[in-house]
Amino acid sequence: MLVMRGIVKQFPGVRALDGVDLDVEAGEVHCLLGQNGAGKSTLIKVLAGVHQPDEGTIEFNGAQIRASSPIDAIRLGFATIYQELDLVEGLSVAENIFLGHEHARAGWMNRGAANRAAAEVLTRLGHPEIRPKAEVGRLSPAAKQVVSMARALSHDARLIIMDEPSAALAHDEVANLFRIIRELTAQGVAVVYISHRLEEIREIGDRVTVLKDGRTVAVGLPARDTPTSEIVSLMTGRTVEYVFPPRATGSPGDEVLRVEHLTSPGAFADVSFEVRAGEIVGLAGLVGSGRSEIMEAVYGARRATGRVVLDGETLRRGDVVKTVRKGMGLAPEERKAQALLLDQSVTANITLGSLPGFATFGWIDRARERAEARRLVEMLDIRPPDPERPIKTLSGGNQQKAVLARWLLGGRKLLLLDEPTRGVDVGARAELYAVIRGLAEQGIGVLLVSSEVPEVLGLSDRVLVLREGTVIHQGDARELDEHDVLDMIMNGRAA
Amino acid sequence: MSKPAAISPRNRLAGLGEARHLGLVVALVLLAVVGLVTKFDNFATTSNIVSILTLAATIGVITVGATFVIIGGGIDLSVGAVMALASVWATTLATQSYGPWVMMICAVLVGTGAGLVNGLLIAYGRLVPFIATLAMLVAARGLAQRMSDRKTQLIQTDNSAIVDLSTTRLLGIPLLVYIFALVVVLGWVVLNRTTFGRRTYAVGGNPEAARLAGINIRRHTMLLYALSGFCCGIAAILIMARTTTGSSTHGDLYELDAIAAVIIGGTLLTGGRGTIIGSILGLLIFTLITNLFILNGLNTSDQLIAKGLIIVVAVLLQRRNLKERAP
Repeated sequence: MLVMRGIVKQFPGVRALDGVDLDVEAGEVHCLLGQNGAGKSTLIKVLAGVHQPDEGTIEFNGAQIRASSPIDAIRLGFATIYQELDLVEGLSVAENIFLGHEHARAGWMNRGAANRAAAEVLTRLGHPEIRPKAEVGRLSPAAKQVVSMARALSHDARLIIMDEPSAALAHDEVANLFRIIRELTAQGVAVVYISHRLEEIREIGDRVTVLKDGRTVAVGLPARDTPTSEIVSLMTGRTVEYVFPPRATGSPGDEVLRVEHLTSPGAFADVSFEVRAGEIVGLAGLVGSGRSEIMEAVYGARRATGRVVLDGETLRRGDVVKTVRKGMGLAPEERKAQALLLDQSVTANITLGSLPGFATFGWIDRARERAEARRLVEMLDIRPPDPERPIKTLSGGNQQKAVLARWLLGGRKLLLLDEPTRGVDVGARAELYAVIRGLAEQGIGVLLVSSEVPEVLGLSDRVLVLREGTVIHQGDARELDEHDVLDMIMNGRAA
Repeated sequence: MSKPAAISPRNRLAGLGEARHLGLVVALVLLAVVGLVTKFDNFATTSNIVSILTLAATIGVITVGATFVIIGGGIDLSVGAVMALASVWATTLATQSYGPWVMMICAVLVGTGAGLVNGLLIAYGRLVPFIATLAMLVAARGLAQRMSDRKTQLIQTDNSAIVDLSTTRLLGIPLLVYIFALVVVLGWVVLNRTTFGRRTYAVGGNPEAARLAGINIRRHTMLLYALSGFCCGIAAILIMARTTTGSSTHGDLYELDAIAAVIIGGTLLTGGRGTIIGSILGLLIFTLITNLFILNGLNTSDQLIAKGLIIVVAVLLQRRNLKERAP
């Protein structure tokens, strides 16, 4: 029914899709597997009309098509249920379901008809208890997922793309989701299903396509009978060689961070570990495994129970300002949204976290500030080496170096790195790794989170493996390989 | 980006020389040329130029405060009303009995206090700036009317030292213009040379980044509104000097002129980008238009239409600039 051939999508600095093939037949559940960054999300955005492919062809029911906008994709009968729900929180359930194709005459909404139709779809989905008039913002995440699904159904979709639909659902709700999927496929609807949970794929999937580094590495494997080891092998073994700096030889120093029984309901439970001076500790796990949330809790940006002790002092949670004063620094995941002042110069971005150190009674000593910035730009080899240049004109890797430089100032004891190489092209990564190792060698403790398993393993001294909010393994990074970790993450058992 | 080097520090110091202000300077020169061509005899006189600057001074001081607030990602609609309240409070018979210095201090304290209330409501009460300052606009105006009984309060002859600010001239220019200039220079210094200014850009440009960098964004936000209120207090002194009165009707719609000047000057309403110099140039453009319309005996309604057009044109031009500069 759907045939994609040689799809290529290029973003600045990254070739997200590099020749992807996909065949989906009517009435099947086609699973898409791949590690984070393999190109799954980009591929479904191409199908949903959000991105236009640079190369390649898409055929639907024998005819060549081109979805140049989400509206085109919907008209073709493609519906997408995104991982991050795309609902308007202030509108009602019925209004959300029929958003863009309202029951209306000359712009006048027929709310009665919309509510009745919404109730019908929700009943079909097995959720008659969700009231069509309820405000979506007040619903539980699982109910929102159902509304999102109802919207896809309301379009009479021929192809439904589901991006990790079970992530927000409890166990019995997953069973209900599968029942709906089976009903849909019985009617000839095709489903493209993305999930990291192998057991789900075994249960609901018909065939599997595996992506790696933006390429298709296996097409149409039988979902039930392909051995796990084969699937994991296909997903791993990156074509890109990572160059990691050598680990420190001496034993790590004093403890700088101790986390005790940290728990945040719904995100992670009973997490305990410590980081020593000069040590890099990595958290490995999938999106939603709680790794970023743990980091936020350590930083004080997320409420959690348990204790966070920095350099012998228990931190008050929910107070980022104090946490920074005590010597913790964070390079957050969303660099542009959470770390950078895009309009400002490299200098201003570097000194943002330690301004009082450059000022007497609020007056900034600009000469000293510039000199420090220049020193760091040279030390970290930030290019172009001009501290006065607006930071938005730098490449992702160099922007990230500037964020790291920010925390080199002001005597940090602990640095939290959340996806430090996201959006950084492959060539620049090795440099960043060297910079991070260099930080540790100066006696800073580093806590690292990355969805790239080889990165966590290659860079860290010790690794914590997370699955659905619990630590399932903790140990020396040298004793694990990518295959072990993926196996633990996907099957939920310690090696 | 193919531009080989960033703006050099020297150029940045000059400020006026920066490309982003060039358009404003050109617009100002064009307006001056229009003035020279249409009414040479009246336009190019010292008294006319002095009157333009005097007119600009009051809103100018408010504009400096508004620039801070807007770069910091907020908005202050209450400026005109707070200035009126400060002028009324400073000219009550009770305050006047303490002499001119106390009156001036009173005006500044009332302005800063009202700004602080705005800041507390926004930063700690989590009210949307638009709503908090809209409430302050209405309430401050009401309080001013109540205090003055809706009467214009004259400054007594004993306290004419305040009026001297507008009548005493240095090199032919009234003292209040110097005060305006001083506020602009101080504003520029604070914004460009202090941690407070740097943090203002950070809080407005990316509050999340600022927070994660350890900046207390609530306290900073509160201080920004207090600063705006402080400027309103100074502006109250200037308007008292110019009109010899305190009145609840002072500063009507000043908030719109101040915000318009800031926007024309290239400051983003979303925060994080903008300059004091731009705002002042924007204000001078506005004041010059008023002056030209008056000199040429044109309708004030047409003057409003012209101002509206200028705001739109300025923003459209800036958006094009932004696109060109994006990486």
